[in-house]
Amino acid sequence: MHEATVAQFILEAISAEAKKQKARPIAAKISCGVFNAINTETLKFAFEAISIDTVCENLKLNIEQKPIKAKCKKCHATFEFDLHESKCPKCRHDDFELLPDAPLLLEEITFEDK
Amino acid sequence: MRKVKVRRKILIANEEYAAKNRAFLKERKLPCLNVISSPGSGKTTLLAKTIETLRGKLSIGVIEGDIQTDIDAQRIRKAGAPAHQINTDGACHLSAAQISYAFHKLPIDRLDLLFVENVGNLVCPSTFDLGETNKIAVLSVPEGDDKPAKYPMIFARAAVVLINKIDILAATDFNIKKVKADISKLNKKTKIFLVSAKTGEGMKQWCDWLENLADNKRKKILKKTRPRQ
Repeated sequence: MHEATVAQFILEAISAEAKKQKARPIAAKISCGVFNAINTETLKFAFEAISIDTVCENLKLNIEQKPIKAKCKKCHATFEFDLHESKCPKCRHDDFELLPDAPLLLEEITFEDK
Repeated sequence: MRKVKVRRKILIANEEYAAKNRAFLKERKLPCLNVISSPGSGKTTLLAKTIETLRGKLSIGVIEGDIQTDIDAQRIRKAGAPAHQINTDGACHLSAAQISYAFHKLPIDRLDLLFVENVGNLVCPSTFDLGETNKIAVLSVPEGDDKPAKYPMIFARAAVVLINKIDILAATDFNIKKVKADISKLNKKTKIFLVSAKTGEGMKQWCDWLENLADNKRKKILKKTRPRQ
């Protein structure tokens, strides 16, 4: 449900950049670590709703979910964390630490040609 | 068409406030605990009981977050601690800016420990940094033992998990061993306390942990600035 807050921040960031570029934004790429708990469809829907009558209306949002990684304390291998199979895929050891989750990032914006 | 690389953190505004809050708390050596759980896990009852148990030992303040009403702040005041209520009017989490403002609604310089009781929700509050010292997750027995597996975000980030309402364990299929194993998969350092805010069972261990946390922060200033009376 916090997707509405996140959508508002994205709208503000893209609108500010559009003003700087003096162009109409038509697409934007977002990346986020899975622990940000962003539901892709919900965020798209929230963004669509709040962007009506703004420079971002009809903008296409591409959201890339990044898995969280873990590091095995025994063999030091880095692997994608899966709660249902929480063992190091290399040595099967179950003592590992979760690495920091990828932040919620506005990666790039595509602008219409002037 | 042209592409512009931005690489900008979307929650940067919240992070900036969180950093300010962290500096504010650090300056005062005041530990701040962000308490997160589902609605109805017993957060407020637990805080009220904690305040009563630590009366005369720690001066506690509480920032309450709810969508509507100041019922929780009233309950905290009744338990004997100053409380400030934030109403989010629909938002599912507290943000760092709201906390910055709330600091000044409490006698902050007289406190040894500050709790923030977040909006009842196991998902969204875990992704908004408030600048707190630690996140505390509360899981109550009737919610079921599958919650750490289903909502890993908060359990991976919590320094402490309080398993509340253990007085009704016998009436449920709640498996403490499974919960402990699931939490430990997410974070080996998490401390787990089994408590019943209603009967008081296990409250001593939890309150000892809090006293220790506050003492570690406070001793540093006592030595430096305040002569013992």
